[in-house]
Amino acid sequence: MLKVADIETFYGPSQALFGVNLEVNAGEMVALMGRNGMGKTTTIRSIFGLTQATRGTIEFESQEIRRLPAYRIAKAGLGLVPEGRRCFPNLSVRENLLVTARPGEWTLEKVATLFPRLEERRAQMAKTLSGGEQQMLAIGRALMTNPRLLVLDEATEGLAPVIRQEIWRAIRLLKEQGQATLLVDKSLSEILPIADRCTILEKGSTVWDGKPAALDSAVRDRYLGV
Amino acid sequence: MTNNTSLSNSASRGTTVDAAPAPKADRHFDRKGLVQMTLLGLLLLLPVVAYFSGQIYYVNLASRITIIAMAAVGLNLAIGYGGMVSFGHAAYFGLGGYVAGISAYHAFDLTPFMTWPFSVPGSDNLLVIWLAAMLLCGLLALAIGAISLRTTGVYFIMITLAFAQMIYYFANSWPTYGGEDGLPIYIRNTLPVVDSSDALTYFLICFTGLILAMAITSRLMKSRFGAALTMARLNDVRLATAGISPYPIRLVAFVISAAITGLAGALYADLNGFVSPTMLSWHFSGELMVIVILGGVGRLYGPLAGAVLFVMMETFLGGVTQYWQLFLGLVLLGVVLFAKHGVMGWLAGRERNE
Repeated sequence: MLKVADIETFYGPSQALFGVNLEVNAGEMVALMGRNGMGKTTTIRSIFGLTQATRGTIEFESQEIRRLPAYRIAKAGLGLVPEGRRCFPNLSVRENLLVTARPGEWTLEKVATLFPRLEERRAQMAKTLSGGEQQMLAIGRALMTNPRLLVLDEATEGLAPVIRQEIWRAIRLLKEQGQATLLVDKSLSEILPIADRCTILEKGSTVWDGKPAALDSAVRDRYLGV
Repeated sequence: MTNNTSLSNSASRGTTVDAAPAPKADRHFDRKGLVQMTLLGLLLLLPVVAYFSGQIYYVNLASRITIIAMAAVGLNLAIGYGGMVSFGHAAYFGLGGYVAGISAYHAFDLTPFMTWPFSVPGSDNLLVIWLAAMLLCGLLALAIGAISLRTTGVYFIMITLAFAQMIYYFANSWPTYGGEDGLPIYIRNTLPVVDSSDALTYFLICFTGLILAMAITSRLMKSRFGAALTMARLNDVRLATAGISPYPIRLVAFVISAAITGLAGALYADLNGFVSPTMLSWHFSGELMVIVILGGVGRLYGPLAGAVLFVMMETFLGGVTQYWQLFLGLVLLGVVLFAKHGVMGWLAGRERNE
């Protein structure tokens, strides 16, 4: 479905990615892991054309998307939940969900069953929501575009444990429904049971790729330990 | 479209829904509504009183306020709602004015405006003139916007200014239509049924135009298009990652904005019986921006409040001293420093999106 091969990305003169390889197949949940500053978010930005990769290929459903503008990439069927609960603060919950919606399986009703809290707050400005609710809204907004591949960048970072559990519950539900997902997160205990595959980045390159079961303590200490 | 179904359709599912606290804006509703109605009411009432006490000057002054407000409503759509700081809206105001002037000139002379590839006669029918002014301004904005909207920030400001200046110098040096002397409209263009040369009738025409422009803005901003325009202003990258290109949305808003300002220009030319390159000059673009900022950027009634304040100061302070703009500067300073949301924000309270 998504095949990222040997991409290199620069921020101005400084190179951030030195050859990232990543693959997500239909119905799969892939976790992208690595310590801070290893290139996870840059990889996501490259996939979405926000910082264009200068080398390598990014194929989505056999279409080369590396050089497409962001809105075309999103239209092709990728949905992004960006890092740090990015909603539109001055629009209501309902407007946030509806404006970028595209027809498909995900409707307001379905998002309301996934996150009943959003339903309760539908008329409120997004900025009046709690952090966790804003994160739910960001996920809901991405789902409303009916993406074939959902990309979650640090969806549970900086949230209260109770809210994290609720987000993870939603992610597990998405997995059960066969939603292809690329997941960036640090909580191994949550990722390992649900991920089909893990890809680990180190200093801007893919250094490990495999089933979660194969992710033994040696690999963990080497690439994920603090 | 299934996804347009309201969340409220399923409201009965959650018991806490109806108990949810009312949105904050509602507490201000009465005050805001009162201020807005007072403003509109006075604008409508005072010219009527003036007319029946024989003070035609004040009727025309009200028409002037109304027209300038309408031009600012157009600019507010670009600046306030779309975040596109156009420093060239005088181009549309002036073009609208020249449509009225040139059309009247040919109708008066009984000469065709153009003969090739097809013959276009002049017209003194206001409906024709208004339609032509809006269409031409829309087309001009489509061309200018298509190029300018590839830039942002200070470059956008400068490129819109550059286009407006090109048109200004073009009008200045085209002798057929008066060049820098301008073009008089000897007899006000006419409407079927009503007598447009009557001061009060003409004011009411302008007033209707202002209300329509504000209604269109309001409707537009409540639509999905309006929400997308807001999103493009707040964060265009986020909008793009959701699959909507901000560019065409901004362009459409820019075109509508220009058409509104263009219609105001046509009304202005007929009010004064005169059109000149002054209407196209960057001073006027600046004045419109000042009006939008004075009134309250991105507020529906902001341009009206700003225009009232601006024209009043220009008329009454300008009668006392030719340095009235010193006081305008002080007021602007005061608004920017102490009333960030303009006169409307100060009088009517903050809006939900502030």
